[in-house]
This record gives sequence, C-alpha cells and structure tokens, in this order.
Amino acid sequence: MSAPFRDMRLPGAFGVTLPEPDDFEFWRDQARALVQRDVPPDRVAWIEPGGAGDLFAGGRRRLPSPGADAPPVRASRAFVQLAKTAICHSDPERFALLYRLLWRMQGSPRLLEDGADPEVRRLDEMARAVRRDIHKMRAFVRFRLVEGGDGGAGEHYVAWFEPEHHILRANAGFFVRRFANMTWSILTPRGSLHWDRAVLEEGPPAQRSDAPAGDPTEELWRRYYASIFNPARLKVGAMLKEMPRKYWKNMPEAALIPELVAGAQSRESQMVAAGTLEMGERPTSLSAIDKAIHACRMCPIGLLDNRAVMGEGPRDAALMIVGEQPGDQEDLAGRPFVGPAGQLLDRHLERAGIDRRSAYVTNAVKHFKFVQRGKRRLHQTPTAKEVDICRWWLEGERELVQPRLVLAMGASAARGMLGKTVSISKVRGAPHPLEDGSELWVTAHPSYLLRLDGPAREEQSRLFDADLAAVKERLEELT
Amino acid sequence: MGPLSTIEKLAILADAAKYDASCASSGTTRRNSTGGKGIGSTEGMGICHAYAPDGRCISLLKILLTNHCIFDCHYCINRKSSNVRRARFSPQEVVDLTLSFYRRNYIEGLFLSSGIVKSSNHTMEQMVEVARILREEHDFRGYIHLKTIPEADPELVHQAGLYADRVSINVELPTDAGLVRLAPDKDARQIAGAMGKVKSDIVETRDARKRFRHAPRFAPAGQSTQMIVGADAATDADIVSKASRLYDSFRLRRVYYSAFSPIPDASAVLPLKRPPLVREHRLYQSDWLMRFYGYQPAEVMQATEADGNLPLDIDPKLAWALKFRERFPVDVNRAGKEALLRVPGLGVRAVERILASRRHRTMRLDDVARLTVSIAKVRPFIVTADWRPVMLTDRADLRALLAPKTEQLELFAA
Ligand code: SF4
Repeated sequence: MSAPFRDMRLPGAFGVTLPEPDDFEFWRDQARALVQRDVPPDRVAWIEPGGAGDLFAGGRRRLPSPGADAPPVRASRAFVQLAKTAICHSDPERFALLYRLLWRMQGSPRLLEDGADPEVRRLDEMARAVRRDIHKMRAFVRFRLVEGGDGGAGEHYVAWFEPEHHILRANAGFFVRRFANMTWSILTPRGSLHWDRAVLEEGPPAQRSDAPAGDPTEELWRRYYASIFNPARLKVGAMLKEMPRKYWKNMPEAALIPELVAGAQSRESQMVAAGTLEMGERPTSLSAIDKAIHACRMCPIGLLDNRAVMGEGPRDAALMIVGEQPGDQEDLAGRPFVGPAGQLLDRHLERAGIDRRSAYVTNAVKHFKFVQRGKRRLHQTPTAKEVDICRWWLEGERELVQPRLVLAMGASAARGMLGKTVSISKVRGAPHPLEDGSELWVTAHPSYLLRLDGPAREEQSRLFDADLAAVKERLEELT
Repeated sequence: MGPLSTIEKLAILADAAKYDASCASSGTTRRNSTGGKGIGSTEGMGICHAYAPDGRCISLLKILLTNHCIFDCHYCINRKSSNVRRARFSPQEVVDLTLSFYRRNYIEGLFLSSGIVKSSNHTMEQMVEVARILREEHDFRGYIHLKTIPEADPELVHQAGLYADRVSINVELPTDAGLVRLAPDKDARQIAGAMGKVKSDIVETRDARKRFRHAPRFAPAGQSTQMIVGADAATDADIVSKASRLYDSFRLRRVYYSAFSPIPDASAVLPLKRPPLVREHRLYQSDWLMRFYGYQPAEVMQATEADGNLPLDIDPKLAWALKFRERFPVDVNRAGKEALLRVPGLGVRAVERILASRRHRTMRLDDVARLTVSIAKVRPFIVTADWRPVMLTDRADLRALLAPKTEQLELFAA
C-alpha cells in the first residue's frame, strides 16, 4: 500500500487519501498521527477514493515520527460513536469536519456537549442523516424471489436499492441477522452484498438492470397496500415526509399512490353514501322530525308507496309507548295505533288505568313495510338493520319528549330502544335503566295477541295486563 | 359465486382492519434468526416499511382473521347487521401470507384481529393457532401483535401472550355510557377484567424471569388499547382522564385513538359527520405531554376550552402556556429541566441539548435557534442573554400570532 501522506504545494501541508469512503479505522489512525504531529486542520486535505487528489500532486514525503513526549490523542466515547456514523455521509467535507472537531477536542475535551456549536451541530446533522438513510434502507429494501421456491431450498432473493450515503456495509449486519436462513443479495450503485446463509460477501457496484423485476407476491402486497389505507383520512404530506419520492421507484406498492390519492375522495363519499344519507344535524323539534321523516329514504322501506307516521301525544309526556311500525290503516290515517292492534291496546290501557292521551305513542320504524298481494298490502316485519337506521328518528323523539318511562312493545320496539335484539319473555316485567336515568319496560306487541286464540290468547292477555299494571305502578312512583 | 381467492380475502380483511390505529412494532425483546431455522428479528426500534396515502405507517401485516361477527356494535363495519362482504382466512393462510411478506422485507410481522365467529373462545383459539404455527412450526422471530377478545376464556388470552410480543384489548369508547349505547354486546367490566388479567400475567412472568432464566416470556412489548374518538359525546377531557386511568390501572404501553370515521353501511345511531382528524392529533399530542413531558392529566385538562375539548387551532402545550402566562418567560440560562420542558416549541431533545450546552456557554437567541425547529414559536416564552420578550406574553393576540395559518390547518385536516 502506498504511503498515505504526500507532499502538497503548501509547505507543511498533507493530503490523505482514504481507501474506502466509510473506513473509520483508517481515518482514525491517520487523524491520530496527524494530531500527534501537531498538524492543524487547515494543513490537511482529506481525499475520497478516486477523489480530486491531483490538487496536491507533488513529491512524496513521510511524516516525521512523533516525539516520545507526544501527548496521547483524546476523543470522547460520544465523539467516536458519532464519527463512526458520520463518516458514512456522502459529503466530501466529512473527514475534514471530523478532523477539525478532533483537533479542537484536544483543548476542550467536552466540546461535544455544546450542541449549539456550529461544527458540533453539523456533525450531529450528518450522523442523523446517515442514521435515517440506514433506517430507510432497512424499511424500503424489497426482495424479489428470483430462483427456487418461496421459503424453500434453493431460493434466492435479490433487491435493488439506492442509498444516499455509504451505508451498505454498516447495514449488512441487520440483514444478516434478520434473514439468516435465506439466500439473498442486495445490489446498489455503491456496491453489493451477497449472503448464502453462512458467509457474507461484498461485491462490486451494480446497476438497476442487474436486479430482476417482478415477483408474484407483489400483486398481493399491492392489494394489501391499497386496502389498508383509509380514504377518509387522506394526508399526503405526512406520507411524503416519511417516504420521499426518491424511494418510490423501487417499491412495488408506490406505483399505486397517485391512483389511490385521486380516488380517495370518491371512495370516501361512497363509504358514506353506502350507509347513510348526508343529513346534517338532526332536527330539534317534533314538527321538524315529522317533516324530515316524510322525506327520509335512509332505508328501503321509505321507498315503498307509503307515508311516514309520526308519534303523537303531549310534548312532555312521562310515558312513551313504542310500537313496531305503522300498519295499513295507520299509514292511510297518518296516525299511530288506529288500526285493530291500536284498538286492542286502548282497551288494555283503559283496564290498567292508563290514559292513552297522556302518553306519547310512536313506532320504532316510521314507515309501513309491506308486500303487495293483489289489492292488499301485507305487513312485513322490518329487519334489524332497518330498525337500527330508523332509530335515528326514535332517539330524536325521545330526546325531545324526555319520558320518565318507555314501554317498548315487541322485539322491534325493544331493538329500537336498545340497539340489540332481546327475547321478550326474558326481559319483560322488570325495569331496564337507561343512560339518561329513565327506565325501559318491555312487553309483547298487541298484534301478537290478535294472532292467538283460546287459552294461549288468554294467557298472553293476562301477561300483557300484568306488564301494564306494573308500568302504571312504577309510573306513579316516578312522577 | 365461487370461493374467494386469497387476494380477494386479503382485500376484504385488510380493508376491514383499516380502522385499527395501532401500528407499533417496537419495544419487545431483541431477537434475531441466527442459530434458528426460521426468519425474523426485532432490534428494539420497529421499522415502518411503507406509508399509506393517509399518512399512516405500515409496519405490520394488519388484517382480520375474519370479518364475520356475531356482535352488533354500531361503530363497527363488521357488525352483524352490516351488509359488508364477508371473508374468512384459515390460520394457515394467514401464516403463509405473513411469511411471504416478511421474506420480501415488506413487514415487521403480523397484527391480527378478528370479528367474533361462533363464539369468543372459538375465535380466540384460531388466533392463537396462527401465532403458534408461526412461532413453533416456522420458528418465526418477527413481531406478533394479537388483539385479544375480552369475552374469551382468560386461559386462551394467556396463551396468546405467550406467543405474541404485544396483546391489546380495545376499550372501544371513552365512557361506559357510550359503550352501552354503541356496543350493546360488550361489557365495560369484562373489558377491564381482561386488561387487568393481562397486566398481572405480565407482572408475574417478569418476576418469574428474575428468578428462573427460562421462565416463558409473556407479551414482552406489553399491552395497549384503542379508543374511538368522536362517535359519542365524550369530550377531550373525558378521554384524557380515561386514558390516564388506563395507564395507571393497567400499565398500558400505549393508548391509541382512532377518530371515528364514516364507515360504509353505518348505523344511524352514529353521528353523520366525522370529527376533524386534527382532534385525534391533539389527543396524541396530549398523550406525549403526559408520557414524556411530565404533565399531569389534570394539567392537560386545564388546557381544554369551556366545552371540555382541546383547541383545534393550536397544540395543547401552547394552549396550556397561554393559560398560564405567569409561568413565562423562562430563562434558558437558569431554568430547570421541568420549566424548560413547558416552553412551547422546545422538545425533549432540544431541552437536553440546551442543558448540556449551557455548561459551556451563555445561551443567546442564535444558540437556541440552532437547537430548535422554529425559534419564532419559542421566542415569546424565553429569556436569553441577548433577548427578553417585550410584554409579548401579555399580548391578547398572542394566540393568533402563534397559531398556524388556517390554510395549513385545513391541509392537515384533509
Ligand atoms: S322506515 Fe325509518 S329509516 Fe326507513 S325510510 Fe322510513 S323513516 Fe327512514
């Protein structure tokens, strides 16, 4: 190896050519010798391999050996650590900066603590940039299977990556530790690495065309990438900050980005439209709700040939009675509980001593759901989903009336109140506290009684009366 | 319709997982695959392998085992009464996907969650099985995060923790009333019970390892949870106090916030508008204040406005400083660490550098500028050798002066 020190035109000046751009050990040995010989920073030119060394062309001269009394060279552990990292930076100035700091450190050993010093700051920035590049390489290297089966014997994975700094060697250990039992190569314009499950070899710089393109798994990965992102939260700036465009060309998923961003708006509105209509705030008066339900098409029931039926009763009723949905006659009259089931309910209420006119009477679902059979419209039970959607209105009524007690009749009404399906026989006859301090009671729907005869009907009528009596009693306690 | 292909299932089950905020893959034990027969390593810091256009990092394969669910939570896209397309992976399919993504360096590992099929126990068993195959049959040494199901048998949750680096149990909503209303099948006490059990399992195994080197590890990266923000009326103050109670009682590593986002096929009980994303961001910032800056939860709550919410136009640290102007300006050359950490615009790292630097020099404004991102933000709140703010902290328009331009705000909220 040729002697590292050469004469320069300036008397007493030295040029040092590094054998490798990231060779810290070499730099350290030379720097130590220069400090010991008292060579000030402005007398040293540090030259990268293949760098502009001819500036200093001239005769060779060896540095004189340091005197026996040459002081030991001092460097803090923190400096050595930072320097090892910063030396991988691609700035040709790095060696000189390191030497200047080492030089200054001999007089002020705690120099590095002074983060406000511009040179310390620069070193810190360099080290940070290198660490970031190391991290991005760990993140954005994409292996492609080029030979053999996935994960099987004989497989070989190859990646192409373009680091910004001289980090390939510094990063090798990471990939060896992570992919110890895989055969892989990483190709870069600054050199290449090859691991065969036992030995790591360094190779010459490579070109993009040396690395294969495509891998069947990329299709899956791209689909994953496109699906895991939430179009309702588009934040392109945040993405670009962490994944700058310069990395995109080697990442199979990045090709999708423009399309994903462009489509996000419409995907988000589809997401919203698929569920609910954009309705803004819920109306804050009963009359406004009345108007709104007539226009409501949030669920398919609203699209049938029917009209909405609003609840009725005093605005400050202590009791709210909830049924399932308007029936044929209710739909025609535009009022709740006027058909046969309503008449039956009236008789039972009277028997229990509850004045229907003092209660707010309404339905879980505001429109009549039916199928047309000739001239007749046959009642159909709303689905859980329809009940959940219409709950938007029921809750609005309840918020305005603020009853102390709600009596839900039948499974749909109970779901409208609770958001879940319960079994009537299990929950009837006892209060269920609601979050606002009021109580829910659940009983059967009167139309259920209409469908029974004989002893079964008698039995159910008795149970219904018992529920109403309990409600009446509880209502008196509450009010 | 034929059976779904793997790629179709992946599309459905990743789409269903996109509401999960958690992404961390850090803080577990150091491992690598030298000496083993499989792949994978963890080296303290997790790696984000890609970023999605929503700005969030992708470090794990985050999917659901299935989006079939017997529960009917209103905020959830997978709830029983929703009409989404359903799909279901077998444990082996999840294992194969994880490994082939990992080999190509796409991911750090797996985050597995699931809708509840058949029963909570059945579902939990399947999830544990995925982790078991990865660890035992493939000697996988990457990161595994399992979202456990609070209703499942505690013994199964324990199993999960033996294979996983992290386990999480979602509290779902900040208040119990919200949970009752929006997640009728869930039970706040059961959730708390499951989190408590995980905490004691973590503590016990950690103790055991002190005595027996070979005692098994249990969720070495701890447990975390997620809360949905903006689906009910809970204020930021409610949320912060809930989070701090969770940190205290269950020693959680992280509480994640997920701004309620419009979901297809939404239930009508939910608000129709999504809350601004910046609200979620403010909550994360307040979380940082508590975890790294020594703020007490009560102090973060002091930064909220009359409606109980953190201001959206400025960050909570600035909001706090503007409310407690008498604590400023802080003398950069004299003040203690605690006081410096309160200065808007000074991060933990900047404060440490200032403390080290000032042993060597008397700090001037330029010196501070070299250590901070934006001196303009810091200036009104500090005193240096050559700078003293002139009554600036008293100016009524200070907030307007320091708040970012509205334009930026909208960009951010987009
Ligand atoms: S039934 Fe209810 S949700 Fe459906 S359209 Fe009518 S009012 Fe709207």
